[in-house]
Amino acid sequence: MNVIVCVKQIPDPALPGALDSSSNTLKRDGKLILDESDSYGVEMALQLVTAAGGGEVSLVSMAPNGEVSGLRTALAMGAAKAILVSDPALKGSDALTTAKVLAAAVQRLGGADLIIGATESSDGYTGTVPEQIAEILGLPSVTFAKKVTIDGSTMHIERQTEQGYDEVTSPLPALISVTAGVVEPRYPSFKGIMAAKSKPLETVTAADLGITPVGWDGAGQTIVNVSQAEARKAGEVIEDDGETFTKVVSYLENLKLI
Amino acid sequence: MDSYVAPLDDIISALRTVGLDEILTLPAFEGIDRATVADVLGGFAKLAGEVIAPSDRIGDAVGAMLDTTTGDVTVAPEIATAYARYSEGGWTALSASAEFGGGGFPGLVAAANREMFGSANLALSLNPVLTQSAIELLERWADERQRSVFLARLIDGTWTGTMNLTEPDAGSDLGAVRTTATPIGGDPANATRYAITGTKIFITWGEHSMTENIIHLVLARLPGAPEGTRGISLFIVPKFNLDDAGALLERNGVHCLALEHKLGIHASPTCVLQFTDAIGELVGSVNGGMEAMFSMMNPARLAIGLQGVSVGERALQQSSAFAHERRQGRSKDTTSGASLIAEHPDVKRMLLDMAVTVDASRLLVYLAVAAADVANNHPDAEERARSQRRMELLTPLAKAWPTDEGVRVASLGVQIHGGMGFIEETGIAQRYRDARITPIYEGTNGIQAIDLVGRKIARDNGLAVNELLDEISVTIERADGIAELSNAAKSLSEAVHQCRAAVTWIVEQFANSADAVLAGATVFLDLVATTVAGSLLIKQAADHVEDGSPDATMRVARAEFFAFDRLTRLPSLQSITLGNELLTAGLR
Repeated sequence: MNVIVCVKQIPDPALPGALDSSSNTLKRDGKLILDESDSYGVEMALQLVTAAGGGEVSLVSMAPNGEVSGLRTALAMGAAKAILVSDPALKGSDALTTAKVLAAAVQRLGGADLIIGATESSDGYTGTVPEQIAEILGLPSVTFAKKVTIDGSTMHIERQTEQGYDEVTSPLPALISVTAGVVEPRYPSFKGIMAAKSKPLETVTAADLGITPVGWDGAGQTIVNVSQAEARKAGEVIEDDGETFTKVVSYLENLKLI
Repeated sequence: MDSYVAPLDDIISALRTVGLDEILTLPAFEGIDRATVADVLGGFAKLAGEVIAPSDRIGDAVGAMLDTTTGDVTVAPEIATAYARYSEGGWTALSASAEFGGGGFPGLVAAANREMFGSANLALSLNPVLTQSAIELLERWADERQRSVFLARLIDGTWTGTMNLTEPDAGSDLGAVRTTATPIGGDPANATRYAITGTKIFITWGEHSMTENIIHLVLARLPGAPEGTRGISLFIVPKFNLDDAGALLERNGVHCLALEHKLGIHASPTCVLQFTDAIGELVGSVNGGMEAMFSMMNPARLAIGLQGVSVGERALQQSSAFAHERRQGRSKDTTSGASLIAEHPDVKRMLLDMAVTVDASRLLVYLAVAAADVANNHPDAEERARSQRRMELLTPLAKAWPTDEGVRVASLGVQIHGGMGFIEETGIAQRYRDARITPIYEGTNGIQAIDLVGRKIARDNGLAVNELLDEISVTIERADGIAELSNAAKSLSEAVHQCRAAVTWIVEQFANSADAVLAGATVFLDLVATTVAGSLLIKQAADHVEDGSPDATMRVARAEFFAFDRLTRLPSLQSITLGNELLTAGLR
């Protein structure tokens, strides 16, 4: 079984981010790391391939600069190879352009039995790219997968909902988006890190994949304004007079939590 | 507040200052480049911060527990999980020889990982430190069969190793070891197995159930062996016996009788081990035990020196986080409400003192480890010999100074926490408790000072130390040419002058007045170590200035702080030469 995981390299969320005032987009010119949301998809892919008893996990990614350290992290976890679509022209690409580029990268790898993405990235949060890729590739798509089992050419998914989960069955090939925390991503081992050095990592441009226009030219959206998030309001302080619990109960009742 | 994030920028900068790039050009490290090193350090940093560090607090609270009926020792499950992740990751292999599945990396890179491990969990980090010592010892002294049976599984972390030297009456003086080894069956001259009987104390991680087997390396006496250290041999004694193919058999006759109750490093079981006709095999030659152990001494001492860095770094991170959260009083820059204590100049000074001292300690230990890498791997014999001298000179400095300073840094951390620091809840007290063993074990810092003045200064008439001081003069000239560092260079120049005067006095006096030299040995060690550490901080700052690095201003400020705060108040020659008589006279 072959699985392709769409992964994103993002600025380290532990460091203070900055906006580029000329474009109103996040500055992504420094060191990029593997989006933690994607580490769950990589781990799930590795587990599914192991359970299937054969096959490999490949990665596709897109970044305006040629950064590969995030891809190396995923290769160190156990993925076999990667394609990075890297091109200064990609700067400003919207979600749909990103989906077109990644779909073309998936096709360059010859497709797969399963394509995995995160539900959303930790720096952009559009949450639409995986489904757009599925549409472009004409594949069934299941979102918010929290548990996946493969039975021959059929996939059984537990799909997270607000109330609980749906049990969904889909034929393969297909695309799923996985939620964070579904599996425990493995830590790259010393041997994995060393092996990642020699794994194939191909860097191509959007034009190599035949996708034009990209970046601002291809975007169907512009960011017209960015404003400061509203400061969080101070909490309500209640002095305990011995009956405070009733206030806590009614507060929770108002929120329909109990 | 109790979290740990590996200071990768500081570590990589220090590696560069002590010569990582030059080491990577050695043929032994072909194929390993800077980027690979950064990936390896980054990978381990993640494990250290996310898996190992969270086990530290609970490990300290739970400690190690002995089941007196079975002799089994358990620690907090979080500790065992952290070890399992470490071992699964294959990290023990990093610097071990490729022949037995090791990664063949420079010891310097392994030292950086070891520093992170120590910061994340000092008590657990001792386990791999001991295993690494066992690996290095077996790589050098074991025969081919022993290497094939034991090395691969120590290197892949399936088994751990221990060092069994100390006995109730044999501590710093190992000549008093009484544990016996009796040849089993046949002709004693051709025995392959020995029955080991005796009691060993202070055996770090001597018993645990985190791995399927434990390999004890034990000093014992053969029948008729000469008295003293010349009659001691070294034996491998596994917790579980092995068949010829290395498969586990029955439990061997070695059991944990008791655990010590300690001031710190609670998660590390410090065992009293009873050997009762335990089956062992000889490593190296008959009566060659001390020589084999001595070969381990320098790396082991450097590993402990590194613990001073580790504990200091963790204390710094905790104190900095606390100071940026705790509000008390009002600083000049605050107009309303209480200020963060980090804004008060005196607290800032303590934080900077901690940060600079950790940097300086890191540079000093890394420099010694770098010298060992060159001594072990340089193709040129003369360069190997020079680096060996350098490593041997630096070892007592790099063991003693960073550990003494580590205690001071941890103490500053407690101070920054104020009254909260004296309470276990904040967690900073653990740093202070954990740090306190480091100046003691693996040769007390007093022993290091004696080693320095006797074996490392007097014996070669100051050759190695003068070579080092000559190199520092190069740094002084370089810093003198950089406007921001020229004042620091002056302080360093004066410090080197003081070192030379003290070295001359020691070389002159040692043969006839050894006691007078020993009376000032600890003070002399402080003088030289502070000078070397200061020179490295200045060199590091110069590297950053010349590169136009964004950290240049910070590095210059740190170098200046150390130069003005420490190099200008070094111990005087008078305090080094005060003599033994004065000490005697001053005591009741």
